Amino acid sequence: MTLRSQSPTKTIAFTLLLALGSVPSSATAAAPDLADAAGNYGITSASRIHFTVAQAGGGGIVGDFAKFSGNFRIDRNDVGHSTVEFTLYPESVKTGEKRIEDFLKSSAVFDTANYNTVTFRSTNVKQTGPDTAAVEGTLTARGTSRKERFLVTLLDWSRGSIAFNIRGNIHRSPYGMDVGTPIYSNVVQFDMNIKGQRR
Amino acid sequence: MLRNDKAGFGWITIVLHWAIAALILALLGLGFVMRRTPVDPALQFSLYQWHKSLGFTALGLATIRALWHLVEVRPRPPAGLNMLERHAASTTHVVLIVLALAVPLAGWAVASTSTLNIPSFYFNWIVIPHLPMAKSEAAENFWTLVHMTLAYLLLSFVALHALAALYHHFARRDDVLVRMLQTGSRQRASSQAAGSDPVIAGRKKP
Ligand code: HEM
Ligand code: HEM
Repeated sequence: MTLRSQSPTKTIAFTLLLALGSVPSSATAAAPDLADAAGNYGITSASRIHFTVAQAGGGGIVGDFAKFSGNFRIDRNDVGHSTVEFTLYPESVKTGEKRIEDFLKSSAVFDTANYNTVTFRSTNVKQTGPDTAAVEGTLTARGTSRKERFLVTLLDWSRGSIAFNIRGNIHRSPYGMDVGTPIYSNVVQFDMNIKGQRR
Repeated sequence: MLRNDKAGFGWITIVLHWAIAALILALLGLGFVMRRTPVDPALQFSLYQWHKSLGFTALGLATIRALWHLVEVRPRPPAGLNMLERHAASTTHVVLIVLALAVPLAGWAVASTSTLNIPSFYFNWIVIPHLPMAKSEAAENFWTLVHMTLAYLLLSFVALHALAALYHHFARRDDVLVRMLQTGSRQRASSQAAGSDPVIAGRKKP
């Protein structure tokens, strides 16, 4: 938990340091600016979709989704007009324990036999800092669509490729996935590192 | 009438006996259904958690009962039992007391060694820690086998024990069953003829 809450601040500080360090003479040096990175990107398989569901007494289920696809567009004139769409294939869930994976795929949770994707489509992007943004959009899972919000931090940008850290806490009960509560938290904490390749 | 005396059982023994009996029968049925019948996975998850919470309750009561059995007065064996029957009865009782402890302890070992690492959240109220045992597939499989074997062994002793009780009640028409149902039965039983009418005894059941 402590690690989790420290790392975004660390990341920003680290990015700032890097930027300042590499251009020591420039007084206007700053973290990479989202607007500079404008363009269309495809989400690459080097991305990591990591999640944690805390459990009573400490610890929890920790895993990754191996299969996903998506793309995003960073608007040149107004970062607020940027868009993202993302598709996750829950049958690719990995937790290190086959029985847990099978349970997550079963009708108790994702019900992959009937719903083979989880999708997110942004409706609103708001820049919240030089390298941060809040993305709102529609998350659809198990046939239910709801508005959800993710916080985005720019990690790295070089010509042609870009990397973000994206975090969001999603309540699973509205999607009919409340099995196991309160032993397992209702909140799924997503911590994703998304890499985009310019198209 | 809380305590036993030489003539019969007191309420503490009686209430413990029937509470544990009800829990154990429910746990045997629940254990079988949750593990051996095709149930919906979400329901199966809840059944496992109910099984663990009820199982810990059985373990708690069985511990009290085992200690109680050691310190409390034992009533005289019912009249009309020969030596062999007395030994069979008391041996069965000791086996039942021991298995009522061993079965849930082995269940606790299953939950503790399981690589699923599912917390035992007692009736969604407090987390009962896992036993300090290493988690591995091999250990989980071993304890599952022990838990299952002991559970069905317990079932067979319970069947033997319950059938013996029913045999005494309906065939021998003695007060073996009745004295585990009510504390006052010995006065009535002794005031009535030895072959008291089972129908009347049946009506007196609470
Ligand atoms: C007197 C108390 C208990 C009885 C009579 C009992 C009985 C049973 C039975 C009959 C089964 C099914 C066995 C099979 O058919 O394979 C079972 C499975 C199981 N029991 Fe118990 N149980 C008791 C207490 C507990 C406790 C206290 C726990 C854990 C804290 C527990 C955990 C389990 C688990 C995890 C399984 C499933 C094993 C598996 O699927 O691998 N039980 N129990
Ligand atoms: C389910 C049906 C059951 C019936 C009909 C039944 C009936 C009886 C009866 C009639 C007695 C009194 C024997 C006497 O008069 O000396 C008795 C005693 C006893 N029963 Fe059961 N019983 C049942 C289940 C169980 C279960 C599940 C257990 C434990 C796992 C159990 C453990 C005992 C023990 C330990 C005693 C001896 C009491 C003592 O000395 O403290 N019984 N039972």
